[in-house]
Amino acid sequence: MPFIANTEQQRQEMLDAIGLTAADLFSDVDASMRCGPLDMPAGMSEQAVRARLAELAGKNSINLTCFLGGGFYDHFIPAAVGALIGRSEFYTAYTPYQPEISQGTLQAIYEYQSAICRLTDMQAANASLYDGGTALYEAMMMALRVTDRNKIIIDDSVNPIYRVMIHSYTRNLKIELVETKNADGQADREAILKLLDDKTAGVIVQNPNFFGLIDDYSDLAEAAHAKGALLICSCYPTSLGILKTPGAMGADIVTGEGQSLGLPMSFGGPYLGFMATRSKYVRKMPGRIVGEATDTEGRRGFVLTLQAREQHIRRDKATSNVCTNEALCALTALVYLSLLGREGLRETAQLCADKASYAYQKLTAIKGVRPYFRAKWFFNEMVLDLPCEASGVIGRLIEKGIAAGFPLSRYYEGMDNAILIAVTEKRTKEEIGVLAEALEAVL
Amino acid sequence: MGRRGVRVAASDVPTSIHLRRSYLRERPAALPELSELDVVRHFTELSRRNFGVDTSFYPLGSCTMKYNPKVAERIASYPGFAHLHPLLPQLRMGGILTQGALEVLYEMERLLCEIVGMAAFTMQPLAGAHGELTGIMMMAAYHRHRRNHKTTVLIADSAHGTNPASAAIAGYTVASVPSDAQGGMDVQALKGMLNDQVAGLMLTCPNTLGLFNPNVREICDLIHSVDGLAYYDGANLNAIVGKVKPADLGFDIVHLNLHKTFATPHGSGGPGSGPVGVVEKLAEFLPVSTVIKRSDGTYALEYDRPNSIGYIAPFYGNFGIILRAYVYILMLGREGLERVAENAVLNANYVREKLKDYYHLPYPQVCKHECVFSAARQAERGVHALDIAKALIDRGFHPPTMYFPTTVKEALMIEPTETESKETLDAFIDAMIEIARLAETHPEQITAAPTTTPVGRLDETAAARNLNIASL
Repeated sequence: MPFIANTEQQRQEMLDAIGLTAADLFSDVDASMRCGPLDMPAGMSEQAVRARLAELAGKNSINLTCFLGGGFYDHFIPAAVGALIGRSEFYTAYTPYQPEISQGTLQAIYEYQSAICRLTDMQAANASLYDGGTALYEAMMMALRVTDRNKIIIDDSVNPIYRVMIHSYTRNLKIELVETKNADGQADREAILKLLDDKTAGVIVQNPNFFGLIDDYSDLAEAAHAKGALLICSCYPTSLGILKTPGAMGADIVTGEGQSLGLPMSFGGPYLGFMATRSKYVRKMPGRIVGEATDTEGRRGFVLTLQAREQHIRRDKATSNVCTNEALCALTALVYLSLLGREGLRETAQLCADKASYAYQKLTAIKGVRPYFRAKWFFNEMVLDLPCEASGVIGRLIEKGIAAGFPLSRYYEGMDNAILIAVTEKRTKEEIGVLAEALEAVL
Repeated sequence: MGRRGVRVAASDVPTSIHLRRSYLRERPAALPELSELDVVRHFTELSRRNFGVDTSFYPLGSCTMKYNPKVAERIASYPGFAHLHPLLPQLRMGGILTQGALEVLYEMERLLCEIVGMAAFTMQPLAGAHGELTGIMMMAAYHRHRRNHKTTVLIADSAHGTNPASAAIAGYTVASVPSDAQGGMDVQALKGMLNDQVAGLMLTCPNTLGLFNPNVREICDLIHSVDGLAYYDGANLNAIVGKVKPADLGFDIVHLNLHKTFATPHGSGGPGSGPVGVVEKLAEFLPVSTVIKRSDGTYALEYDRPNSIGYIAPFYGNFGIILRAYVYILMLGREGLERVAENAVLNANYVREKLKDYYHLPYPQVCKHECVFSAARQAERGVHALDIAKALIDRGFHPPTMYFPTTVKEALMIEPTETESKETLDAFIDAMIEIARLAETHPEQITAAPTTTPVGRLDETAAARNLNIASL
């Protein structure tokens, strides 16, 4: 039997040694509770299972040129990332409950927390959460705890996938969740300021927003603080290679999806939710946190810290129910950021913006294709207005081998002709040219 | 310093955009400036300061640290899976280009339904605790649908901390049900706690003492008698997989930890995966989307689910983890899964019997996948569970889970798993016996441990007081 060490003979020796029979081992389970043999196939060999899964993998397209984004991007991943996170001392370990033999994981998480702080200009980060959406939900819950209030304002330029998740999670809770409608593609200041009052726990925005547009939320941070509320900003970490940081804007909690930091798209996961905040709120932050410590001989080391916030100690009074973080994904992001480094991340972000800008020029030169919003500052994703329904156009381009973008009508009423197009550093001038030609041909 | 590990591709487009200055960061993020070799050596060195299942025996109770097959890692890296954009199936014509991935999800749902006896599954929850939250949200949806006004979820006092935390953040009040003298849920106490306010009960079976509760059916019936739902925490399914289906015991909702029973890597603490299965009457509440198989044999995602609890994850779950578990289940097959339970239980009982003369065993009956000792006897000599754990480190073993469940004083919770051999167990047993003897004769040798690690015992109290959690 694969992956089971002992032979029948050894099993018998063990049973004899402890004076039990095989039947004794399950004598506590009444016969009436037992099931018959499972209705599933017999085990397969490694060779057979690899052939079967190769066949299934072959049914998925990998030859599409990808201009799909929506918060999840096709970035370049250096080979050293896979080589390092493939070390089984990392991936076959569990949560570092025994610090003396887990300094590798603990130090890596400390370095990851440091990298997230430096990227976002915040002072404290946790060891990671499941994904960008659950991280944003946790940030919202944290704002409720910090302020002891129950109203949240969220602009609809925040990723709609995250917004629907937040709606699901709050359905059974006594929270007033108010959504504002974007004003020409950007967070509607007028609407938000009108709603912002002394019952408001937090205002949730995103940069660049779901439409790819860049914003500076310093004004909203100031307004929120004036009412005793927090500003929560979800952001795209690659963009922070060049864009103004949420910390510099005055945000109180920063979250985001870390997939773009070296993680493959992998059909939706595993991904990486990151979260950072100001020092004064660290004890209200959910998730694991690693801190520096010294041992009995004064040597520097790292431990899990502030555990009194967590479910295994506080049970129903914990800051969150999270137990697992996404440690291996956080390690991936750390290795990626270490390899790219200070200059590499800046260059990658600039390259994304340059290529997107080039694509914008090529695509808007096509007759009938116009920018959807008046706001012109975008990072690497743009919304274009087509002369016909976007979803049909996207379908026709897929047949030509291009995943041209995402139809916004799926989440925004009345935006039937709008397409969201993302351009990463991986897309070449030639691929952008092919997209422009193909789009022109199908319109 | 300016050193860099990766050369970013040169730009092939003619323009470089200058964004409005107020939108830009003032200076680049202070990330490392290292060569590729610097980075590789750094993380290789860190890996050597770690301990995994591949390093040595890892009997961390309740965490099920079994071997993670290498073939699953290989398959997860196939470009047809790893490079697939999750929004693709939501595009017109995109569904046909993701048929292989959708088939994996559909087949996994079917296999898990068969393994636990449920009618339907969602693969979306991203970890065990996330599955708990999803399950409790479905419990709430069920009661809302029936216009029940329920406020309380009952949970065993020996439960994992995630159970009460999940129920609480879903909006319920938590009431703790005590254990009886045999270590199981106290049925009389439960009866006394039942009323119209009870939304449901969360139970781990076998429980965190590694004991199978013979009254489990009666417990589920009692919960149903007040129109409550019985929730099965599948953290310990590995003890009974292929032998008992939770649905047959009367459970309505079950979450599974794929990183436990189905051998996906724990990754130093995640990513996990916590699929949730439900009985027929709850299927309408499952999260959107669900994978369906059409009459022409193709697969699709269904979003039109009016009674669903809604979206709980951005996409279809931690696909890369689900894929690894699928590989594992295909390789084991129907007989293999049953052998998993038999061998996990045999290994745990072997350790239990061999050590029971040396450590206090509060519940002496046959156990399932793990056994819980108490170091109370050693504690009288000043040697605590923590000290025994550290002494095991010096002997090359990962320690058991300590001080949990909290219902046992000085608990040491040992879960060997089925992938370990008799030779490994014997070596571990010898080490445990040696430590028990030293605790009698030279307790100071045990309390001084560990002495072989890169750092000794770290001062956690000072670390929490003088907080340094990032180098800014």
